[in-house]
Amino acid sequence: MLTFEPYGNPTYFALLGVALLPLMIGLLYGKRSRLYETLISIFFLVLTFGGSKWTQGVALIIYILYEVVLTWGYAVYRKNHNSGPFFYLMVILAIAPLTIVKVTPAVENGQASLIGFLGISYLTFRAVQTIMETRDGTLKNYNLMTFLQFMLFFPTISSGPIDRYRRFEADYRSVPDREKYLGMLQKGIRYLFVGFLYKFILAYYFGTILMPKLQLMAMHSRGGFLDLSWPLIGYMYAYSADLFFDFAGYSLFAVGTSYIMGIETPMNFKQPWRSPNIKDFWNRWHITLSFWFRDFIYMRLVFWFMKHKIFKKPTTTANVTYIINMLVMGFWHGVTWYYITYGLFHGVALMVNDMWLRYKKKHRQSVPHNHFTQIFAIFLTANLVCFSFLIFSGILDKVWFQ
Amino acid sequence: MDIKATVLDILNDLTGSDVSGAMDDNLFDSGIMDSMASVQLLLSLQSELGVNVPVSEFERSEWDTPNKIIAKVESLA
Repeated sequence: MLTFEPYGNPTYFALLGVALLPLMIGLLYGKRSRLYETLISIFFLVLTFGGSKWTQGVALIIYILYEVVLTWGYAVYRKNHNSGPFFYLMVILAIAPLTIVKVTPAVENGQASLIGFLGISYLTFRAVQTIMETRDGTLKNYNLMTFLQFMLFFPTISSGPIDRYRRFEADYRSVPDREKYLGMLQKGIRYLFVGFLYKFILAYYFGTILMPKLQLMAMHSRGGFLDLSWPLIGYMYAYSADLFFDFAGYSLFAVGTSYIMGIETPMNFKQPWRSPNIKDFWNRWHITLSFWFRDFIYMRLVFWFMKHKIFKKPTTTANVTYIINMLVMGFWHGVTWYYITYGLFHGVALMVNDMWLRYKKKHRQSVPHNHFTQIFAIFLTANLVCFSFLIFSGILDKVWFQ
Repeated sequence: MDIKATVLDILNDLTGSDVSGAMDDNLFDSGIMDSMASVQLLLSLQSELGVNVPVSEFERSEWDTPNKIIAKVESLA
């Protein structure tokens, strides 16, 4: 049997179109068929995780059962109890499979873990978030079927965007009226076509045509200061463009498909290259991931630190938490020196960014603010980000150590 | 002291700027508030008004102007 990478080729899109047509007609007439939605979800999951990838499929099923037991069990427990240590234990257990998958290649010479499958990190974010909101009491009516639909929602299963349980549930339980749905349909289809441009034309050009050439040239131009060379700088920009168009393209497919299914999955990118500073960049780049980190790691840690008065000054609290937050993000990408350095780089960048913002606020009169400084800020931010992607790309590992 | 005045006091302390003249301005867009300030706001609400708001209740779009914050706190008090 064939297996398909989600949104990977024209056949996948053709199947998607055929499968979504009855659903679209239903939504236009104000009807949502749970049965049909479940059937096409299963169909596309089998396309992705069946055939030669069946071991991943088995890993997915076991993983889902495991997370269901944890989230459902915790929701039942939380009705009458609220122990801190038990909550932490649940979070650790929910993260355990992902941790194993991420650490295995680092200790087993690049060997992938058997329990891994495409999208495990994105599912872990959803499960952990469900446990945390259950603890807070903001998620009161945990429903097993909704949780399964939320976890297995096929348009976003492989790489997000990372939705939130309560937001998803509200959409899933309702049917948009015809006028609203027509608007969503229009947007969804436009997203798909912009996605084609991003992923199959622009990302193809930068990633498949330009990058290998530049990489070869960069490897041949080694020997200078830190092995830096013009081709390496070219690689940095080509890699950054590829990373953006590839992932933004995928995200547009995922969001577009969701919209067609009457679910307003949140957007992942909002013109990130226009950010005037790093802090703003993280409000515009891989938004659902950075907001997940903001809401479930950064804010929670800051809350805990401040409540227990761990640090004297709020700025110290913010700085320490920036570093922890971005280091965790680095480790999440994988246990390699370049992902972790990338995380550290962004943690420090956020710290410096805050220091500058404080300075600017204090010296409002003496710091100039005009078109030129604005353009300079955008230029500087974009280049800092591209430099961080050069670290992230792992090419320095090849240039320096191979 | 009523809720509105207390919330405005907290916000003024937190941001170092008087927000009472711009009750519908987005505090996050203008950079006056950030995640750090949000947590400080939640802690102050707890200590000064006894209003408990868990972090996951803090949906930024519902807390982004002084007027919205006051309405939110009044609904939770």
